[in-house]
Amino acid sequence: MLNHLRALDLTDDRGFLCGKILADLGVNVIKIEKPGGDPSRAVGPFWGSKPDPERNIYWFAYNSNKKGITLDIEKPRGRELFKTLVSTADFVLESYPPGYLDEIGLGYEYFHKIHPKLIWASITPFGADGPYRDFKDSDIIVMGLSGTLYQTGEADGPPVHISVPQAALHAGTDAAVGCMVAYYHREQMGLGQRVDVSMQQSAAWFQANAIPAYELNGSILKRAGAFRAGTSSQVAQRQVWPCRDGYVFFNVIGGRTGAKTLSALIAWMDEEKLATDFLLHLDWDNFDMFAVTQDVMDKITGPVAEFFRRHTRKELLAGAVPRGVSIGPLSSMQDLLDDENLNARGYWTRLEQPELGTNITYPKEYIRSSLMDFSTRSRAPLIGEHNAEVYKEMGLSDKDLRSLKKDGII
Amino acid sequence: MQKREGVFSGLKILAFAWAVVGPLTMKFFADHGATVIRVETSHRPCTMRSSAPYKDNKPGLNRGGYFTYYNANILSLALNMNHPKAAAIARRLVAWSDVFFENYTPGVVEKWGLDYESLKKIRPDIIMLRQSGYGSWGPYKNLPAFGMVLVPIAGLPNFIGWPGKEPLPVGVSAYTDCISPRFAAAALIAALDHRNKTGAGQLLDLSQFETAISFILPGLLEYESAGKEPERIGNSSPHAAPHGVYRCKGDDRWCTIAVTNDDEWSNFCRAVGNPELVKDPRFSTLGNRKKNEDELNRIVGEWTVNFSPEEVMARLQKAGVAAGVVANAADVLHDPQLGGRNIFWPMHHAEMGDFTHLGQSFQLSETPARPFSPAPLLGEHTEQICTEMLGVSDDEFVALVQE
Repeated sequence: MLNHLRALDLTDDRGFLCGKILADLGVNVIKIEKPGGDPSRAVGPFWGSKPDPERNIYWFAYNSNKKGITLDIEKPRGRELFKTLVSTADFVLESYPPGYLDEIGLGYEYFHKIHPKLIWASITPFGADGPYRDFKDSDIIVMGLSGTLYQTGEADGPPVHISVPQAALHAGTDAAVGCMVAYYHREQMGLGQRVDVSMQQSAAWFQANAIPAYELNGSILKRAGAFRAGTSSQVAQRQVWPCRDGYVFFNVIGGRTGAKTLSALIAWMDEEKLATDFLLHLDWDNFDMFAVTQDVMDKITGPVAEFFRRHTRKELLAGAVPRGVSIGPLSSMQDLLDDENLNARGYWTRLEQPELGTNITYPKEYIRSSLMDFSTRSRAPLIGEHNAEVYKEMGLSDKDLRSLKKDGII
Repeated sequence: MQKREGVFSGLKILAFAWAVVGPLTMKFFADHGATVIRVETSHRPCTMRSSAPYKDNKPGLNRGGYFTYYNANILSLALNMNHPKAAAIARRLVAWSDVFFENYTPGVVEKWGLDYESLKKIRPDIIMLRQSGYGSWGPYKNLPAFGMVLVPIAGLPNFIGWPGKEPLPVGVSAYTDCISPRFAAAALIAALDHRNKTGAGQLLDLSQFETAISFILPGLLEYESAGKEPERIGNSSPHAAPHGVYRCKGDDRWCTIAVTNDDEWSNFCRAVGNPELVKDPRFSTLGNRKKNEDELNRIVGEWTVNFSPEEVMARLQKAGVAAGVVANAADVLHDPQLGGRNIFWPMHHAEMGDFTHLGQSFQLSETPARPFSPAPLLGEHTEQICTEMLGVSDDEFVALVQE
């Protein structure tokens, strides 16, 4: 168990997920915000569409299981409190602009000397050094420089961004792994270290096929819209198909994987008299996606498209499961909440949020252990919710807390 | 076998790994010194081994670009699990292992008698990590999964595309493949730490579908709040304007620009040599810029098209405006920022020649990830593993190979 460990989480929305994962694994994560709350709380969306830092949805999503205190580390008394807190911590997680904490005397170099066991994770747009170090960022900028954006979108249009910010999530998950590798090392060797995470690098780490394709053939994989990029075939492979109440994702592919799904799909179509003789007699085991002609492709996709058009998302998923057909109906948000597999596995949990007069459904566990509890147990903290608990443990009195609050330190 | 220095030096992982999720999860361990043995067979090779593009366009199990890219530092043991003698060898491998990893469709390892209960009988403190598409139990467990299908099932394309048009896949198609490995690796290290301290092993079960939802969770919570399914908004943002992708000089060259406040807007106007634009009431506040966004985007695009994306990035960043190149594969490979961060490892591979392998995703100051060996040829380490690690005699090994 990791519940003897403490992490101080100074990150803004670039780094929340790191502390969330550590907290799920059992680490006591204390989110430190500026008095009044983290500035990212001011950027919507908000619960109930009411702009209010205590209703920030992004905050809710990635800060559950953490405790929350306020502290202005830039004021002298705040610096001292921060130094005391660090002396009790195993991890510090931060996403300040590179070099800023060093400039104010609260950086890794300073703490490493006095607390050599401390693990320090920095999450920044481009990393702690290098030519882009001080560049301004935004998710779309970082996703662009990571290579993901270029490949997404219609073939004859501009690249298209994923509208839920992604780079911070790649970086946050990487930072959590980095912290754990560093922790494993510390347990053996006694020494902490710095984890330097670049959002650009974390997002660029997954290029799927673009880098090898470029290196081997000099070809740049482009956008293909609803079709699939990357096969050397001359024939376009549709990937996004309309179904009766939405869309289903499906590729005609070759090989063993393709043969299994395609023959099962054709058998399913045949149950509804929608499989043509051509489809029923096609030799899927020897089907070669790279040699297929447009004419053959049309003879396959015509009836398949008709089959999809007749069915709802729910029918397609329910029918695919027993038949082993690998197709992907596009889940709506409600579909996810209703999903049979997620619910059978107890994926969703409702957390009370009495200040909102409601409870909210969250994922309960991203990973399940036969031995340890990795579940989401508490909603994200309110601003300064755990000030009394955390600061009193450091020996501060109610009077001290009132004075710190009055001076804008907590 | 060559000693591998690193945080996980001496850690032994037996991996029944498939496609991309398998090697990416194993990578965090192999790159830090763990001995990761992938059990493979030429009777049913990994789909990545039989995927184009190939070196010199000649198909071959050791010539695939994707397989090579993802499998640095991993060792390969050839073992046909359907052979009657394979089970006995597998059991010896389990006895040798600290961790048993698998990401097959559930049912496969059970068929081989390698379920958690059986593994525990051989090695009581084993840690088993299962990482299938939908989880090793539950109604979808037998449904084959791969990233391209999990992307829509997890709901991602609801957030990709233009208003009123069809949802789009993520260009790097099997996008969910990069999500579960990070969750899995963090939890596996926690489990190893627990075992080191208590002696207890455990079973970890992860569903790629479930971890993928973490990447759209704000969208899901927004739906819970408002009861309205997400709408596709192209490249716009409620919090910034201009915000988007703009055409640049050259063939299929693009840049990104994001202006979140009025100071940045005035910086932008000066940087593009049009200070008069600051006074234009249509664009004077974020609200007005959002209201007149089409016209705004047209004006921005008329400026960017005169420059390369690199020029736009340099000029706007210098002025304090967030802007960047929309990097294609060649740009990413030669990016000066990424170049200093060991994300790519050029290594010499017996059949691929000098070839770029995927390197590290984050930088550790004291114990960096290291390139120890290129992606393995199928079965490259079979003899070494059998004789050096399992103590199989040379005669016995020869007999096994012949079978």
